[in-house]
Amino acid sequence: MKVAYWPGCVSRGFTPELHGSMAKVAPLLDIELVELDRACCTGAGVIAEHNQELADTLNARTFALAQQEMARGADLMMNICSTCQGAQSECQERLDANSGYRDRVNESLAPEGLTYERGIANKHFLWIMVEEIGLDHIRSLVTRPLTDLRVGPFYGCYILRPTDRVGIDEEHPRDRYLQQLIEALGGTVVDYAGMNKCCGFPIITMNKDASLKQAGRHLGDAKDADADCLVTPCPLCHLNLDLQQPMAEKAVGRELDLPVLHLPQLVGLAFGLDPKELGMGKHVVRPTSVIDWSTSVVAGVGGGVGAKAAGGS
Amino acid sequence: MPEYTLKLRRYSPESGEAAYWEEFTADLDGHRSVLDGILQVRDREDGSIGIRCSCRAAICGSCGVSINGRAGLACHMHLDEAQKRADQNGGTITVEPMGNMPVLKDLIVDMDAVHWKKVQRVTPWLIPDGEPPEREYIVPKESMVDVTQTMACIQCGACVSHCLSMEVDPLFIGPAALAKAYRFVGDPRDGQHFERLKDLSEDPHGIYDCTHCFNCIEACPKGVAPMSQIMRLRRIAGSDHAIDDRNNGHRHENAFVKNIERNGLLHEADLLPDSYGGKFHPRAVPELLASLPVALKGLQRGKITPKKALLHGHKADQGVKDIFKRIHSLEDRYELNLYVTGKDEEQSGAKDNDDIVEGGQAHGTPSSSSEERSPNSV
Repeated sequence: MKVAYWPGCVSRGFTPELHGSMAKVAPLLDIELVELDRACCTGAGVIAEHNQELADTLNARTFALAQQEMARGADLMMNICSTCQGAQSECQERLDANSGYRDRVNESLAPEGLTYERGIANKHFLWIMVEEIGLDHIRSLVTRPLTDLRVGPFYGCYILRPTDRVGIDEEHPRDRYLQQLIEALGGTVVDYAGMNKCCGFPIITMNKDASLKQAGRHLGDAKDADADCLVTPCPLCHLNLDLQQPMAEKAVGRELDLPVLHLPQLVGLAFGLDPKELGMGKHVVRPTSVIDWSTSVVAGVGGGVGAKAAGGS
Repeated sequence: MPEYTLKLRRYSPESGEAAYWEEFTADLDGHRSVLDGILQVRDREDGSIGIRCSCRAAICGSCGVSINGRAGLACHMHLDEAQKRADQNGGTITVEPMGNMPVLKDLIVDMDAVHWKKVQRVTPWLIPDGEPPEREYIVPKESMVDVTQTMACIQCGACVSHCLSMEVDPLFIGPAALAKAYRFVGDPRDGQHFERLKDLSEDPHGIYDCTHCFNCIEACPKGVAPMSQIMRLRRIAGSDHAIDDRNNGHRHENAFVKNIERNGLLHEADLLPDSYGGKFHPRAVPELLASLPVALKGLQRGKITPKKALLHGHKADQGVKDIFKRIHSLEDRYELNLYVTGKDEEQSGAKDNDDIVEGGQAHGTPSSSSEERSPNSV
């Protein structure tokens, strides 16, 4: 499968291990990545807050660039960031709903010779794995099942809500794909209160305390449910859950020490890739509970983590 | 008649005991509501079950509860639909009192203690500028249509229940009250737009405390989309009234927009100091010092490199810069609200028919319909 690939900003900025691990995993899934290198940031909701038409136009431009790639043989457009996916879906909803508005936006794209045509198929990597590649095929690629690894899914708001905009329905239970995928990779799903909640990142500069309390609370809930790690399809969530975890610990007044994996990293581990190759050494919270670094063997050590926490308290 | 098991959260303050779950069985048609089910088991099995309700038709907003973990009206959810959703998660329909508000009894929460206090906080009445006109106010039709979305609110509290900012910051003014605030900020007859916006921007628990989680949009049974109203309040406060709030809300928005206009991609290392007014701004210095341990840890792990932090290799495409220039030069900000305009007819037709392939054909994409359909229309 060939996809017009939008990596987003953060995967090339403060979470380079996401972009890197996606590049490692894609060939194993037979996904050819055609990077949209002329496109720009989706605005992550902030540009839409500033000026809706500006956000819609910038994203229509990205869609138009993707459609050019689709004319050259790409099957659809792909994201690896929940926030990108949600921000683009919001713009697409308006652009697709109203032809007059679409014409108006396309006028701004005309100087570059670009046009957005209604109905682009734009999916997150998570959706592509379940809907296009299929869990059966994923299962067949697993060489190192995540046996006994207890994984807590952390979706990120933008890929969950509003349900109709992000295409969640009976036929496409996209709010359960992470659980399905973790099981297909041989791992154990940890059910915890924060799974569908907000990481707090959008207000980190406006109300740091509330932002970090959100991250800390969900990490703590997952920890209390004996998770070895979290997995997230959103690099912005990763920033608040991993990069800021030492601050989140202070905000909620407890030790957390819970590794957070990017989606392609979890998939890559089960497919037998080397943890270092997947950039797992780049995390602030060392994924020692996930990996035995000396042998690169995946080992669930939920009991060990619990024992450590008990010993520490 | 089909049977539905209802697992209700029970709590009686006079008992001195903690809340607990209790299961009941209702036998009703699937198209009857969860509220009908609760009322039936109250009549037949346990008269002490507490639920607040009145119209039973999604008009009065009394029966807000949380069904299978999602906030909404008990009268607005069919039993068969609730069962279908429960099947994905354990199999039993669960009904709990709304969140973020103290529970008075079983499914009844104290709306006074939270919801109504917050609504009062935003001065929810019209404050006209000067003397009223001799006859009626003449206002543009569009501006009144615009505020009908927030006027559709029935004060059920569903959005307050599942607000994730309020979960960690109980002082957050919250989605319902802020949507109500927009109802007056968007009303041309009101004379206090600036004062209202200044107040809501400067409050550390005001419009910039919303974490953008979409839960209120999801919960609202009336399509009010409170979060969208909060974003409009921010837009008007920052862009039209130039309110530079103490929470760095407007500064952050400006810093973000300029960052993308310049770089095309977000340059995180600049965003943080710029959100506080620039690297050398007195406000920025303590914030940057506080985030130093985080930055050092990032450097240590190779997540952030000095080169990446100081330079930014990527520059915005000329096409991107031109779009910024073009949109910013327009006299009026253009905003499409689908609540007001609805969707094109052709699309609603396509939505009903799953076989219709939408768009894409012109681009030579392979002709498998599942790949060409918009994810929004599946």
